[in-house]
Amino acid sequence: MDKFLETKNLHRFFGGLHAVNDVSVSVRKGQIKAVIGPNGAGKSTFFNLIAGTIWPQQGQVFFQNKNITNQKPHVVAGLGIARTFQTTRLFGQMTILENIMVGRHLRMRSGFLACMLNLPQTWRQDRESKARALEILNDFNLLDNAHDVASNLPFGLQRLVEIARSLAMEPDLLLLDEPAAGLNIYETKELAQLILKIRDKGITCLVVEHDMSLVMNISDEVVVLDQGIKIAEGPPRAIQRDPEVIRIYLGDDHAAHTES
Amino acid sequence: MTTKKYIPVIFTALLVVGLQVSLSLSGATYYLTQITMSAYYALVVVGLCLLMGYAGQVSLGHAGFFAIGGYTSAVLTTYNLIAYQDNSLIVFCKSIGLVTPWNDIYGNAILSFSPWAALIAALVLTTLIASLIGLSIINLKGHYLAMATLGFGLIIYRIVLGAQIFGQADGISNIPPFDLPGSLQVNGRLPFRIQNYYIAWFMVLCAMMLAINLIDSHIGRVLRSIHQNEEAAHSLGVNIHRCKLFTFVLSALFAALGGIFLSHYTASIGPSEVTVMKSVRYVAIVAVGGMANLWGCLCMGVLLNFLSLRGVFGSYDDAVFGAVLIVIMLFAPQGLLRKPDFRAMLSLFTKRSHG
Repeated sequence: MDKFLETKNLHRFFGGLHAVNDVSVSVRKGQIKAVIGPNGAGKSTFFNLIAGTIWPQQGQVFFQNKNITNQKPHVVAGLGIARTFQTTRLFGQMTILENIMVGRHLRMRSGFLACMLNLPQTWRQDRESKARALEILNDFNLLDNAHDVASNLPFGLQRLVEIARSLAMEPDLLLLDEPAAGLNIYETKELAQLILKIRDKGITCLVVEHDMSLVMNISDEVVVLDQGIKIAEGPPRAIQRDPEVIRIYLGDDHAAHTES
Repeated sequence: MTTKKYIPVIFTALLVVGLQVSLSLSGATYYLTQITMSAYYALVVVGLCLLMGYAGQVSLGHAGFFAIGGYTSAVLTTYNLIAYQDNSLIVFCKSIGLVTPWNDIYGNAILSFSPWAALIAALVLTTLIASLIGLSIINLKGHYLAMATLGFGLIIYRIVLGAQIFGQADGISNIPPFDLPGSLQVNGRLPFRIQNYYIAWFMVLCAMMLAINLIDSHIGRVLRSIHQNEEAAHSLGVNIHRCKLFTFVLSALFAALGGIFLSHYTASIGPSEVTVMKSVRYVAIVAVGGMANLWGCLCMGVLLNFLSLRGVFGSYDDAVFGAVLIVIMLFAPQGLLRKPDFRAMLSLFTKRSHG
């Protein structure tokens, strides 16, 4: 499948601000694709347009050749797209284990009635879900924290839990919104390894990121946004040499130097 | 492990029996009537606790749902169909037990819907109305939702007060007893006092078991997750609107059940059950009970309603509940029974299993 995820001419305005301007991007299966750009470039807006948090005024989003434009987040999630948030959004008063178990929601089949009557299928499913959640925590080396309340964890671990929770969905595509934000240099390195590991499991990753070092080391392809417009797309090496990219990141002077 | 969560149920059941035995031995059985009534009010509180404490939605219209249950049941079981008794539809309904003949306390022959038929009709109607209301307002948050439900409560109150069929200010009286299997009946008359005390508590404990199962299950976890971070829950594939709507309807059904059985028990229902102050009272009780604390809400629901029914608060009844709400919001917004010291005490017998 060549075009696993595809956006076609997306437009989104906020009042007079053209936050996303005619952005068409396609992601291949098994890729790590990064979207970079300076602050206010429209990265997060673009990201939210895919996740269904906000809807485009124009353009379409396709996932596995299915039009998912104007679908609500839970529908998008149901199709196999998981996401994390720029500012981690854990269920603060719940334990890590419970957080992960909510991530299993789409795999649970019991409704209100079955749960109220505590039917055997309910607790059987719950047991399976718990076992699977513990496996995931084990993969993330978080087993010791399983019963810790989420809001008590240090920031770096919270980010990790959020990624673990989205993987509990067993998605085909993982959207990571600035995963390195607020992490120190060592944590960022570990994060890079983690994202590669996720990709190796067959999960396609789309990373919106500010941190160039992370992006350049792990992505197969990079898209650069500036003021809502896609200004470059290609492999990291080519992007690093692109004068337009250098200009928006470092200013006109630098661009002139590298060109000469 | 999963049976551990039922220990408080057994404990409460023993307490209920103990209370009855000691009241009977000391000859103070008259208390049982008010405890029975409080138990039915506690049904409303348990439902509201699910909605407020776990799904995080405030409803100031629960007296409205109580009324929809109580009044529907009251109207259907008291509306005299004797003039239509030869109508083939009525004859058919009579033959399958939907309509039953009985005599009221004055000896008048009455042909009306049977309490069972009325119960089902009341629950269906409650489900319909709660779904309609819910669909339109469930997306509102915080005090917006509270105000919208307040509006709903006010509308129901005015309808009840204005419509002839609901008896206007007089309400509806002479509601027949509710026959249950095994020659039991929901009946407020003296010989049935002890029996009804147990019937009410049986219902409350069943409701508690259902509620405990729910909050302890996957759905309960999802409800708490919505309460804590709606957007994150949404992104994990949780259909938050449906979850909130279901909880709202469920909570309305608990309230309606309370209304139905209380009106059969007291043989009457009046507009005082539908006032906004009644809704505020339920909210205040859930707040004192500790919001997301089913047992706390049950205790407070029974205790405060009992004191109110005994007239302990005199003519300051509503003022007391208003004051309770203010004090709780000022000093323990998480609910009194949530304060750490109370928690520690409670955890001795309400410890939730992680297994």
